Amino acid sequence: MEPFTTLDAVAIPIDQPNLDTDQIIPARFLGRPRDTQVEALFHDLRYTPERVPRPEFVTNMPAFAGARIVVAERNFACGSSRENAVTVMVDNGLKAFIAPSFGDIFFNNCFQNGALPIRLPATRAAELRAALHAHPGARIKIDLASQTVVGPDGKSDRFEIDSFRKDCLLNGKDEVSLTLGYEKDIAAFEAKQRQEMSWL
Amino acid sequence: MAAAARTMFEKIWQRHIVVDRPDGYTLLYIDRHLMHDGSAAGFARLRERKMKLRRPDRGFATPDHYVRSDSRSIADIADPNHRKLVEQIRTNTAESGVTLFDLGDERQGIAHVVGPEQGVTQPGLTLVCGDSHTSTHGALGALAFGIGSSEVAHVMATQCLWQRKPKAMRVSVDGTLGAGITAKDVILAIIAKIGTAGAVGHVLEYAGSAIRDLSIEGRLTVCNMSIEAGAKAGMVAPDDKTIAYLEGRPFAPKGKEWDKAVAYWRNVPSDQGATFDRDVSLDAAAITPMVTWGTSPEDALPITARIPEPSTAPDAAKKDSMARALDYMGLTPGTPLEEVPVDRVFIGSCTNSRIEDLRAAAKVAEGRKAVIPSWVVAGSGLVKKQAEAEGLDKIFRAAGFEWREPGCSMCVGMNGDTGKPGQRIASTSNRNFIGRQGPGVRTHLVSPAMAVAAAVSGHFTDVRKLLA
Repeated sequence: MEPFTTLDAVAIPIDQPNLDTDQIIPARFLGRPRDTQVEALFHDLRYTPERVPRPEFVTNMPAFAGARIVVAERNFACGSSRENAVTVMVDNGLKAFIAPSFGDIFFNNCFQNGALPIRLPATRAAELRAALHAHPGARIKIDLASQTVVGPDGKSDRFEIDSFRKDCLLNGKDEVSLTLGYEKDIAAFEAKQRQEMSWL
Repeated sequence: MAAAARTMFEKIWQRHIVVDRPDGYTLLYIDRHLMHDGSAAGFARLRERKMKLRRPDRGFATPDHYVRSDSRSIADIADPNHRKLVEQIRTNTAESGVTLFDLGDERQGIAHVVGPEQGVTQPGLTLVCGDSHTSTHGALGALAFGIGSSEVAHVMATQCLWQRKPKAMRVSVDGTLGAGITAKDVILAIIAKIGTAGAVGHVLEYAGSAIRDLSIEGRLTVCNMSIEAGAKAGMVAPDDKTIAYLEGRPFAPKGKEWDKAVAYWRNVPSDQGATFDRDVSLDAAAITPMVTWGTSPEDALPITARIPEPSTAPDAAKKDSMARALDYMGLTPGTPLEEVPVDRVFIGSCTNSRIEDLRAAAKVAEGRKAVIPSWVVAGSGLVKKQAEAEGLDKIFRAAGFEWREPGCSMCVGMNGDTGKPGQRIASTSNRNFIGRQGPGVRTHLVSPAMAVAAAVSGHFTDVRKLLA
C-alpha cells in the first residue's frame, strides 16, 4: 500500500449531510472491473439522467481540477459497505476526506486503501467549505505525522487518529502481513475455542 | 468482590479477543463469515497474495445481490460482469471448501435471511459479511457487522479483524405495540428519533418489553436497520424464543453440544446493572405505522402526518437538505401522507422478506386487488416454499401481485430490478437514498402490511383502516 504522509492540494466542498455511498458510486457500476469504475464517481450528482453534466456540481467546475481532498458534511459516506466508495475516489485522485463524522464502514475502508479520513468539528468543517466556495481552487495542507490540517485561511487544526491507523498509513503497512505476525496468538485462540465452544 | 456487570456486547467482545494492543486496537476472532456474489473481490485479493482461506468451515455463501428475481438460470443474467460474479461464487466456494447455498438450491436466498434460517447465526458469536446489513444477525444475540472487501479478504486469510472497541448504547422500547404496528414501524420510529448518524461509533442493544415481545423475525427486522442509524451493530438479548428458534436448524448444534451451547447462550444477555455509554427510550404505545418522505431513513413520519415544511427546519442547512429531498421526491409540503399516490410496490429485502412478513402482507392482500404493479420477493427458497405451502402465493397472485424468485431484487438496484425515473415506490427495504432503486426513482420505506395497503389503494393508506 502506498504510504500517506503529507498532502498539499486543491480541496472540494460537499455540502450535503448524510451523503451516502450510493451517491459516491451508484450500485449499477459496482459489478464492473475497478479500472472501468473511475467515471462512476458521483455519477448521478455530476450528470442529469440524460447524461448532461450539471455545471453546478463541484467536480464539474474547472477551478476544482486536480482536487485531492474532500471537505464534507456530517455522516459522510454513510450507507453500504461498498469499498468502491473509497477506491473510486482514490482512483480519481481524492485521498483525504474531512468531515464532522463518517459512516463507520467507509471510515475503516479508507485505511485499507491508503486514504485518510479526518474528523474535524462541524463548525470548522463548515468554515473550510465556505472558504473553498469563496475561493474555488484553494488548497488545504495535511500533515499526518503532526496530525494537522491547515486551511486556506492559514489556520491550523489538530486532528485525532488512532496510533495504530496512523502507523499503518505512514508506513504503507499491510494489515494482513501485520496480522500474520500474530499467528501463534490466533492458533492459541482457536485451540481454546475448540474446547470452550466445541459446537462451532 | 463480584465481577463488574457487563453488557452483552462487552461479553462477546471479551470472549473473542486474540490480541489486545496497548494502542487500543484489538485483533478480534470472527466465528462466522457470510459471503455473497459480491464477495468475489475478497477471493480475488486472496488469490493475488497466493493465500488460502484459513477457516473455510466458518464460511457460508449464497448468491443474492446480482441474481434475477424472474429466473434461476445464471445464463439469463444479462450483464456479463454480473453473470461472472454469480458464477465465481460457485468456483470460489468449490475451490476453498466454503459451504454454498447455490442458485437452484431451496436454501439459497438473501445472506441475512439464510444465516439465521440455517442456524449459522447463533447467540454470542462474532459474525461478519461484506454487506452493511449484516447487523441483522444481532437479533439472535450475535455481534454482527458489515465490512468492506479488503476486510473480507483479511477475514478469509486470518479469520480475524483489527477493531477499535465501539461504545455501547441501549435503546429501550417499553409498552405494548398497537394493532397493525410492526417491527418495521418500531425501527423507523427509532431512527426518526435518534437520526441516521445517531448511533455512529456504537453497538446498539435493543431492550424493553416491546422488543422482548417481538418474534425473532421481528427482531431481525429491527436489527437489520441498525446501520441506518449509523450503528456498528445492533443486538437483542437471546432468550427462550431465540433458543426455540434455533433448535433443530441444520447448522445449530445437536445433542450434548446443544446443551453446552445453550448454557453459553443463557449467559450472553447483559448483566443486571450493566451500564451503557448512552441510553434512549421510546414508548411502544406511541408508535404508529411509519412512512418515509425523504431521502434518508431518518425522514420517517407517522402515516397520519403531512409532508413537512422546510420552513419549520431548525437551521438553514437542515432547511436546505429538506428542500432538496422534497424536490427529488416530488412532494409538496403540507400534503397529507395518505394523499400521496404510489406507482409501484416492492415487498422483499433482508429487512422484510421472511415468512411472517409475507403472512402480514397476505393478510391485508386477501380478497383485495392491487391497483398498481406490485412484487413479492421471498427472502429465500425456503421462505418461498413455506409461503406456498400456506397458500400465500395464491393470495398474492389473486390480488394481482407478482410472486418472484429469492434475492435482493429491487432493494439494491444492481440486478436489473429497478424502477423508472420519477416512479414512486412503496418499498419494504431499508434505504430510501437517491437513486437506490434506479436513477430518479422515489423510494418510501414502509412495513409489508403498509406496502400492501398502498398497493390496493394506489396511495399511502393507514393499514389499520384495512385491518379493522
